[in-house]
Amino acid sequence: MDTQSYMPVPPGVGMEENFFSLDDILLSHERLPCRTDTAFPKLGFLEKAGETHDIPEGTKMEMPMWLAKGLYERKRHVISVELPKVYREGWRTVFGADANVVDLHKMGPYYYGLGSQMLHFENAENPEIAQSILQTFISRFRRTMDSSQNAYNEDTSVLVERLDCLERALFRSGQNGLNAFQLWERGRASQLTASSLVTNYRKRKITELQS
Amino acid sequence: MFCEKAVELVRELHRMSDGQLPAFNEDGIRQVLEEMKALYEQNQSDVNEAKTEGKTELIPTIKFRHCSLLRNQRCTAAYLYDRLLRIRALRWEYGSVLPTTIRFHMCAEELEWFNQYKKSLATYMRSLGGEEGLDITQDMKPPKSLYIEVRCLKDHGEFEIDDGTVILLKKNSQHFLPRWKCEQLIRQGVLEHVIS
Repeated sequence: MDTQSYMPVPPGVGMEENFFSLDDILLSHERLPCRTDTAFPKLGFLEKAGETHDIPEGTKMEMPMWLAKGLYERKRHVISVELPKVYREGWRTVFGADANVVDLHKMGPYYYGLGSQMLHFENAENPEIAQSILQTFISRFRRTMDSSQNAYNEDTSVLVERLDCLERALFRSGQNGLNAFQLWERGRASQLTASSLVTNYRKRKITELQS
Repeated sequence: MFCEKAVELVRELHRMSDGQLPAFNEDGIRQVLEEMKALYEQNQSDVNEAKTEGKTELIPTIKFRHCSLLRNQRCTAAYLYDRLLRIRALRWEYGSVLPTTIRFHMCAEELEWFNQYKKSLATYMRSLGGEEGLDITQDMKPPKSLYIEVRCLKDHGEFEIDDGTVILLKKNSQHFLPRWKCEQLIRQGVLEHVIS
């Protein structure tokens, strides 16, 4: 069993974000297609073309999610947020057909997280999006769990390659459980081991010396 | 776009998800603070302009910058906080004395924090279990016997055990030692616990 004393701040659940979570910060850095519904004077340099002094009304630009969330207001029209492709109807049909074949890492990698965050913006399709995310998770979960419980002592990179970040975390905890159980079965659970932090530091030092 | 530098800080920690402590990125922090200062000053002058000249069209821009300020604040706070979590973990993995390579990765305030944490933990442990105190960093796994068989993985020099005998920890030598004496050395990778 591996006792880890470093426990990072866990990401928030559902629509909540956790302020200190590194995962959530990176998730909220994902870019969303937006349209400005008002002019932003003096900020023209942020836009791709960057020739004008202002960002005029009606500009299409990509904004990180944290900014869209901060600027978005239901009553006043400051910006409108469009759905990223993966959450639109076309892709929802694909997920509905067989969610297992989709490479969620390429599509996301924060497919579930970003999808839940999209619900903050008013959109007629919101109920369908929520439903589709949930169904996708349910239909993929079985395979994730199976593979994490049965891949012992083998290269798992092929198995995790197509998983979303949330699924990867689940896969990892499944693997930790499996390894701990195998250790216990062989009567090794009470063996004292070197801290993984220490061994990893040493590995790094050796590679640094070699390069 | 604003806040790219701040996210870079967060990415740097996220890449080392196993809890290692990368060097304190003083330069990165400074750049973020500079960006924040610039954003704040621009906002101040625009707020004044909006107030005195009634330029309400500036408000979206002000809000835009304000969001960026908050974002920078969040990233920096998360960076510092996550580092503290890592530093706290070091106390439990390495014991109270850290190797110099790791100390070089900490800034002055972090070293100070580590020392304070060490003291708090020591005071707490002294207050437990009667006169002698209780070392709660020991026996992370329930012990099965008082003595255990260990093998030396590298030369560590002389080592004194409870009854006063001094033994030489030489590479590849094997010993039968009191468990509580060697638990830390095992964690540090000097000894290896042998189960036959």
